[in-house]
Amino acid sequence: MSLLSVRNVHLRFGGITALEDVSFDVEEGTTAGLIGPNGAGKTTIFNVITRLYRLDEGDVLVDGSSLLRTPPSRVIRHGVARTFQNVELFPTMTVLENVLVGAHTDSRFERERSARRRATEALELIGIDELASRPAAGLPFGTLKRIELARALVSKPRLLLLDEPAGGLNHREVEELAVLLGRLRDQLKMTVLLVEHHMGLVMKISDHVHVLNFGRMIANGPPQEIQRNPEVIEAYLGGELDESAA
Amino acid sequence: MSVYELFGRLGIRDLGARRISTGASVPVLALLVAGAVFLAVGSLMSSTFAELTVSGVAQGSVFASLALALVLIYRATEVVNFAQGEMAMGTTYIAYQFTVWGLSYWAAFFATLAIAFVAGVAVQQLVIRPVQRKSVLAVVIVTIGLLSLIDGVVLWIWGGDPKFMPAPFGNSVYHVGGVTMSLTDLGTIAVSIATVVVLWLFFQFTKLGLAMRASALRPAAARLVGVRVNWMLALGWGFAAALGAVSGLLTEPNQFVLSPTMMQPILIYAFAAAVLGGLESPVGAVISGIALGVFLNLLGQYGGYLKDSALRLPVAFAVLLLVLLVKPSGLFGRAAVRKV
Repeated sequence: MSLLSVRNVHLRFGGITALEDVSFDVEEGTTAGLIGPNGAGKTTIFNVITRLYRLDEGDVLVDGSSLLRTPPSRVIRHGVARTFQNVELFPTMTVLENVLVGAHTDSRFERERSARRRATEALELIGIDELASRPAAGLPFGTLKRIELARALVSKPRLLLLDEPAGGLNHREVEELAVLLGRLRDQLKMTVLLVEHHMGLVMKISDHVHVLNFGRMIANGPPQEIQRNPEVIEAYLGGELDESAA
Repeated sequence: MSVYELFGRLGIRDLGARRISTGASVPVLALLVAGAVFLAVGSLMSSTFAELTVSGVAQGSVFASLALALVLIYRATEVVNFAQGEMAMGTTYIAYQFTVWGLSYWAAFFATLAIAFVAGVAVQQLVIRPVQRKSVLAVVIVTIGLLSLIDGVVLWIWGGDPKFMPAPFGNSVYHVGGVTMSLTDLGTIAVSIATVVVLWLFFQFTKLGLAMRASALRPAAARLVGVRVNWMLALGWGFAAALGAVSGLLTEPNQFVLSPTMMQPILIYAFAAAVLGGLESPVGAVISGIALGVFLNLLGQYGGYLKDSALRLPVAFAVLLLVLLVKPSGLFGRAAVRKV
């Protein structure tokens, strides 16, 4: 059974249809890419899965059970953690405190020392433990993205939703991210759903790619197949360009 | 079990390896140091000046408590709670009722804090939360409604005649050098400072405090790491109401009477202090509240044309206006930059 199953999701904002009959599955232990042009609805899907948006029709299942009755603050108990496209850290807190907020909710009765150890381990995994006592505000964007990843990882999620983790990273940082995501899948057996514009990264690490355009799923398949799919190429490059080239 | 483990079991976080940042810029810190030096030198040169400074700090610490309550609610709900003064007044009447029933001042004090906390949580859950998603203006109007509701209920139950409570700190007076200080002033300062310190420790070093800060800073992200944000915001209202109750209970001994209008000027001073401090800054609210108290007290003695006590409120308004015109982010606030 798939770990994440998005089924026939419809979402409208007033008269605008943001998602129309979107369905896809993510198998346990795999990394799935979710791509599409700007405004296609990728982040909207994340917000639907994490219950920040209420969908009009359809269902979201994690490990076979529906999330529709789960409030946003309990989504993490189903093993779903995420990062945000524009980074939603707590700016006045230290790096360690940011991660601790994520660690505390795992168990209310966990001792502080063990929560701290887990938070520090998460920072070590991402390679930023030396920044633990620095305030988050003022650190470079690439570093903020990594802190957010550590905050998501500290609860040991089964399903990790990453919203443009490579955004604003330089070439070397993207390489490091690819290595890290490989480790998450191979060593920690984590399932990852990745929204990303960096095609090189998506194609390199994804087992499966889903393509969204104007709120609809237009293709899905292994990366090599997606790269050759004419509908995907048209969505990205625009029909006119293709015709004039032909 | 070590102390460390004990703290861990109580949910108190590690006290080590922290930096304390006030968010104040260098010119603001320089201004504060200059102000402190001015007060110290003045106090050494004149005992009247020293007495006015001490009683100014006492009055200012009452403004500071209420200003801090405003800041707590502003951070949690992003509105200024116009009912904050009346909530403080109402809870002080509850304390008065306890003393009428025979409780000592301090038993009434702590019982009232607990009641204020519960009432604050209830107000947020019952009347603020339902309108919070609609608009900021809706919440503001609800707080104004709450203000007149509390006024009406207090007048209905206790009437408008002034009431008297036992003096919490006694009526004795100390002489240090040539300087006379009343125990009421010293007690007021001590209780306010203790309250602020306890609250600060709570926010910095407990899991719940951390979750509350997270909720105020980034509600969506806090939710998704498992924080029950609505509940945290309600607790924020509870703490603000309890803090307001402290300011009400400390205002009464300074004015010697309890009346339904007693907190109205204090709320204006607290507004001025909160805005001067930057509305989002707890440290700013406390420092600005105390500074405003001292400033108004000294102005009453050395202010020339501005000496008249009838001018205290207009001067506080002038401070408010000046801050909004010259530095809207206040002394300790950050300029609001929103990236879209």
